Amino acid sequence: MRRSFIGENPSVLWFLLALSLFTLGVTVLSEVTGVALISTSFVKTLGKTLCLCLIAVAMDVVWGYCGILSLGHFAFFGLGGYAIGMWLMYARTEAIVLESLAGQPLPPTPQEVSDAIGNQIFGVVGSSEFPLIWAFADNLYLQLLMVVLIPGLLALVFGWLAFRSRVTGVYLSILTQAMTLALSLYLFQNDSGLRGNNGLSGLQNIPGYEDTSQAVISIVFFWASAFALGAGYLFFAWVVSGKMGSVIKGIRDNEARVRFLGYHVESYKLFVFTITAVVSAIAGALYYPQAGIINPGEIAPIASIYLAVWVAIGGRGRLYGAVIGAAFVSLLSSWFTGGGAPPLNLGFYTIQWTDWWLVLLGLSFVAVTLFFPKGIGGLFDYLVRKPE
Amino acid sequence: MLRLLLLAVAFCLTLPGISHAQSLQDLLQTHSEEVLKPGRRSVGVVLDDLVASGLPQVVPFLEAWRDREVVQRGSDGLFFRVEGDTLYDLDSGEAVGPAESAGLTDSRPNGGVRRAIGDALVQFQLSDPDIMKRQAAVDAIARSMDVSQLAPLENSIEGERDAALKATKERLARMLTALFAETVDDRIAAIEGLAGDLSVDVRAVLNTVLSTSTGVAPALPEDANIARLLEPGQDLSEADAYAQLVAADLAPPLVSASQIREALVANIADGAVAGFPVHQLGSDDSRRAAYQVLAKAGQVPPLVTQAEQAAALDSHVFFEAYDEPSAAITDAARATLDKIETQVALSQFADLALDGLSLASIYFLAAIGLAITFGVMGVINMAHGEFIMMGAYTGFVVQLFVPDYTLSILIALPLAFAVTFGAGVAMERLVIRHLYHRPLETLLATFGISIALQQLAKNIFGTQARPLTSPDWLDGALVFNDVIAISYIRIAIFVMALIFLALIVYVLKRTRLGLEVRAVTQNPGMAASMGINPDRINMLTFGLGSGIAGIAGVAIGLYAKVTSEMGADYIVQSFMTVVVGGVGNVWGTLAGASLIGFLQKGIEWLNPSNTLAAQTYMILFIILFIQFRPKGIVALKGRAAAD
Repeated sequence: MRRSFIGENPSVLWFLLALSLFTLGVTVLSEVTGVALISTSFVKTLGKTLCLCLIAVAMDVVWGYCGILSLGHFAFFGLGGYAIGMWLMYARTEAIVLESLAGQPLPPTPQEVSDAIGNQIFGVVGSSEFPLIWAFADNLYLQLLMVVLIPGLLALVFGWLAFRSRVTGVYLSILTQAMTLALSLYLFQNDSGLRGNNGLSGLQNIPGYEDTSQAVISIVFFWASAFALGAGYLFFAWVVSGKMGSVIKGIRDNEARVRFLGYHVESYKLFVFTITAVVSAIAGALYYPQAGIINPGEIAPIASIYLAVWVAIGGRGRLYGAVIGAAFVSLLSSWFTGGGAPPLNLGFYTIQWTDWWLVLLGLSFVAVTLFFPKGIGGLFDYLVRKPE
Repeated sequence: MLRLLLLAVAFCLTLPGISHAQSLQDLLQTHSEEVLKPGRRSVGVVLDDLVASGLPQVVPFLEAWRDREVVQRGSDGLFFRVEGDTLYDLDSGEAVGPAESAGLTDSRPNGGVRRAIGDALVQFQLSDPDIMKRQAAVDAIARSMDVSQLAPLENSIEGERDAALKATKERLARMLTALFAETVDDRIAAIEGLAGDLSVDVRAVLNTVLSTSTGVAPALPEDANIARLLEPGQDLSEADAYAQLVAADLAPPLVSASQIREALVANIADGAVAGFPVHQLGSDDSRRAAYQVLAKAGQVPPLVTQAEQAAALDSHVFFEAYDEPSAAITDAARATLDKIETQVALSQFADLALDGLSLASIYFLAAIGLAITFGVMGVINMAHGEFIMMGAYTGFVVQLFVPDYTLSILIALPLAFAVTFGAGVAMERLVIRHLYHRPLETLLATFGISIALQQLAKNIFGTQARPLTSPDWLDGALVFNDVIAISYIRIAIFVMALIFLALIVYVLKRTRLGLEVRAVTQNPGMAASMGINPDRINMLTFGLGSGIAGIAGVAIGLYAKVTSEMGADYIVQSFMTVVVGGVGNVWGTLAGASLIGFLQKGIEWLNPSNTLAAQTYMILFIILFIQFRPKGIVALKGRAAAD
């Protein structure tokens, strides 16, 4: 069974091979081994890019395979980041507070410790009390469970409501966009319990590993991201192959026909929507400790639209396309906006890419949609001719 | 005979002058010390004397004194007004010579004294021939609201010639009477006279009359004018009630956790407190136990137990008493205030409805273009917001060239339509035409255009907000009363929304183009076989929808700032409007815009400090609304409804 799955999907093997080689290469060239050809900050960028690739794979499954253009998957990504960020921030603040209270004549009471932590975390929004949603923040395992549970539940409830009333097509896209907007507006409030527009910060400091250098931490997170991407890729490749994959693709191509064939379309859609939301959340939980900070701006609707852009440019309906699109566009984007690209002198006007990159991206995106609907991944079709 | 009589009259008229033989200078000399170095308390005597003298030159003197223009000459101690380099006599007002800084001492009244001088001046200014001065005097009284101003104000009402100012004076006098009149009946009459006036200052006056202070006593005091009794646990928290008891010295203070901690820290001896080792004192219970040992030894004040607290609360009454002793007055004020507040609530509701209406018309303008393209072509245009922005920038550019604001708006409206119509047609021809059967990809392609346009606008116009100035006749607001007001711009936008509603309905229902558009909406294939060219109709429809977005941009730019991101602010709301209203129907868009506009204002009213929360709840409401009416308020029926 296993052999036939790989046999049917040779790209999975190729992808995993490439991913492991890439991981190995980056590790060897990083500062950990002393070669230091790749700086720690670039390792973090690569690690973050792998997380973006993972959410792009999830997006490809929900959009490219199931035909649901969700403009809200970055909300799940952000929720995952917030869930892990709460523990990171709580545990680190707790360590700092305990250290500062250790010098006191009396040992602190639990109440005093909790008050001091609350002051540290919420002083910035003018509060010192712990909101209810922080109830599990002191426990890593419970909070890891929250990474999966909260986005999963949100996706389940939202998806159930939406699919049950047969909201499809552009309506569904707008609805998911509204969900993201509502969530980010809610988090922007100071009394949301998640520090308003300050967001959670200092996430790159892992509690318990204060003495470990960032070079080691970054490479560990890089491995974790690579592993998560590999595992996610394998899992989704399995989901979209076989009989279930056929049903999912059938829903994309003609929902009514699949329904008339007796399949319970809503359950399939709900399953795909929820499982991709959970994977997005895991990607977010790995992304934000590497980014160091999360704020509601990350969840803004535009982020989810960019996600769709990556997948479209990479090529929908093929998982490696999503990976290529996310990696290519996000790295290119940081190269252009970071000032890495040399200015282009037209004689009468010099194009500064920091100003013009978005124009280029927008127009090339239109061009891809119009002329290369298969995206970059479509190029592989020229290389590999499938035996008929 | 007549001449003799006139002489006698003239003599009589000069008599008062004789009786006040002294000049202003003499008067000032008697108070020489206070005039030169006036103090907040001592100045009253001088001012009273000056006012009582009735001399006409007192007013210019007081003004000069207030403005620190009065000096004393050292050689003879005489006072002069100095202006520039010249000394002026205070009585005659004539120049008496150059001012040499040597030998002159300035009189420098401080802020408090100058205010007192200003108050004394008010009564003169109240009858000043210059209406601006009278107005300023009335404003000064309204600001300070002092008992001393009641009498001068009342005296000046009779002679007031300006009707509007007279009304203001009467109203002000009524407010002062309500606060300060001698007899209870006068005050009650004045308070009742204030009914029907919704202004904030009248409400402030009534609230001043009704001001209360909380009190606590073993039994209810007989003489106090009690507003209400407070029940601990219901009207005020038990902790607050106990804190009041402590403040009134009726109960021993509670010992707080931090006080316990401090007491324990102060009594650490040999690594233990009262026999408890320090390392055990990491919990509240053990700390209390250790503290009680200390308390028994008399080293610290004892803890107050829950039972003692409850007993203390039970044995006292908590109440709110009016600062005003007369119950008749407070009752009248309460009744009047209740009446006013009912009216205010009604007016606020009307004001809210007006706000909702104007928000709804903005959403309608922003969304109607989208509704047309979405409804007719099934195409989602993510760049719609950028067309709004484009229209607004067109207005801004026109204003750069045409300085007359009325004219520039008249030019900008059709020009914005033309520009965005062109952009829309170009977009339809170049991009959307190729994607008709792939709606999701249209969404993404138009999104690509949207980010490109947005960045382009940023590159051209910069990131800072650009103003789009409305003509003068749109400045200000239509004021119904103190609560209900709506700015003329919002009225103009409302009118514009109405015009566009009428125009679109007319085009769709009464013109050949509208007929063809509706035919293509219902069944493109059948329309094509009837000789309608669907390509042309699609192009025109898209251009029309985009053109309206451009005009909406001008309208929105008039009351909000023009930025490259303004389109993005409206795009989600526009989608919501279209989706809630129902696709492909002008009335649906109208219903959707009204629903969303009023709803948003309504939610903001419930939680006025937090517009973010209002938007969140509104979007949640819309998500739920879609559950129950997935096709919107006005759903298409029959074959046209098929996807």
